Amino acid sequence: MASMSSSNLELDLDRPNIEDYLTADSIQEPRGKLRLHDFLDISPTLTEAGGAIVDDSFTRCFKSNPPEPWNWNVYLFPLWCLGVVVRYGILFPVRVLILTLGWIIFLSCYIPVHLLLKGHDKLRKKLERGLVELICSFFVASWTGVVKYHGPRPCTRPKQVFVANHTSMIDFIILEQMTAFAVIMQKHPGWVGLLQSTILESVGCIWFNRSEAKDREIVTRKLREHVEGPDNNPLLIFPEGTCVNNHYTVMFKKGAFELGSTVCPIAIKYNKIFVDAFWNSKKQSFTTHLLQLMTSWAVVCDVWYLEPQNMKPGETPIQFAERVREIISARAGIKMVPWDGYLKYSRPSPKHREHKQQAFAESVLRRLKDK
Amino acid sequence: MGSASSTLTQYDIEDVQQHCNNLFSQQEIVSLYKRFCQLDRTAKGFISADEFLSVPEFAMNPLSQRLLKMVDGLNFKDFVIFLSAFSAKASMPQKIEIIFKVYDSDYNGKVTFKDIMEVLRDLSGSYMSDKQIEEVLIKVMQEAGYSKDSSLLLDDFVKILEHPGLKMEVEVPVD
Repeated sequence: MASMSSSNLELDLDRPNIEDYLTADSIQEPRGKLRLHDFLDISPTLTEAGGAIVDDSFTRCFKSNPPEPWNWNVYLFPLWCLGVVVRYGILFPVRVLILTLGWIIFLSCYIPVHLLLKGHDKLRKKLERGLVELICSFFVASWTGVVKYHGPRPCTRPKQVFVANHTSMIDFIILEQMTAFAVIMQKHPGWVGLLQSTILESVGCIWFNRSEAKDREIVTRKLREHVEGPDNNPLLIFPEGTCVNNHYTVMFKKGAFELGSTVCPIAIKYNKIFVDAFWNSKKQSFTTHLLQLMTSWAVVCDVWYLEPQNMKPGETPIQFAERVREIISARAGIKMVPWDGYLKYSRPSPKHREHKQQAFAESVLRRLKDK
Repeated sequence: MGSASSTLTQYDIEDVQQHCNNLFSQQEIVSLYKRFCQLDRTAKGFISADEFLSVPEFAMNPLSQRLLKMVDGLNFKDFVIFLSAFSAKASMPQKIEIIFKVYDSDYNGKVTFKDIMEVLRDLSGSYMSDKQIEEVLIKVMQEAGYSKDSSLLLDDFVKILEHPGLKMEVEVPVD
């Protein structure tokens, strides 16, 4: 995508060295006189390419791993069938009812508050915040979310941002039911977009468009403005920029880490015991995803509010981002991979290939002199 | 959701195994099939160049374009046959043959000075000038007993690369 190229370039400048993460098997420095053999033996490069075809850590991040079926047995199969009947026939309608009830309560309180208290901003904001937390609780109840929160609850202080790993849009709902965060999101189409433009506006939201290259500067400015405003809700950012399958974390974008504020990491880990909460946006719409959640037994997850971090002296935003990512990944027990989540939507920049080419050229030229 | 092992029958697995001369175990072939289906997102029966390039590790390999020519549009059986050269059980001549094919981009069975230069250009990018590559190549070829106008055949490659041999192995992850 041509429009991504300039923002990709910015993403690449001072990014950590991918070579440190990839296997160092083929990095054996050949020595001695150059022979024809050295120019014909491309086996290390081919091995890397073959390895990438067979398995690669980037695709692994976005693989849905459904829970193993346990029902292929004469005793368990009827039990599973009964489970299906209960889930689809009893639980699902009850949940839809709960959700509808929640929406009715929410809308009947929200609309009057929004319209009538136009003059009393502080009170209105406080009530709206409470109401958003309420509807999110209803949402979580509608898929029987069993969420365990660890750590001190976030408080509203200026100059702080919250960052979390991203698995699905329900991450936002789970966190929102505890604290009304302001959020930065990709603008979505359909009913989600409608919700974004009406209700989420009241908690304070920033929109961006992934495919807009220029968008990045505008977004950075908006982020900075929000963080500095004392009355604004605490800002929640998902620095991965895309949904990952909760077994890995991809690289954090440095946008959240160069605002000069304290970063409070939040780690979220889903237990796949009943359902896989990863939203594979290429394979499912959000509605299908929600329906899948609503017809499973429960969504179990752990949320850890971790110790706030500040940028250390002499640390670049990228190093800061990686350090926080390490803290979150360690807490959630997931692995780190050195890929940019946006590679889901675009090709890698030529810089990585150039790095390899440079290494090869330098080795040849050096051995030429070594004679 | 991408898992399609149900459409690969035992007969299919044995057929593929036979075609790749038993270089992969049956479990490895099942894993490769899952991988094939994962890459072939639109379930066409082959993986397009674009889908290969969506693997960042592959896209940033300096020889990716050359390999793409060899793997683009392969069905599963040919995909496995291609990858069998990377199996630990593959013979040295088989591995050398794949390397030969990478150099022999016009598939005429001969690798010329120009062919080698082109591969070297891919490997060194903008960090070596054409003149530098040419100079170095002429020198090493002369030392090996070839001139600028020589064409190398597969046998020449085997002769040059056989000793001390090369290591080109990829492990197929088996769940």
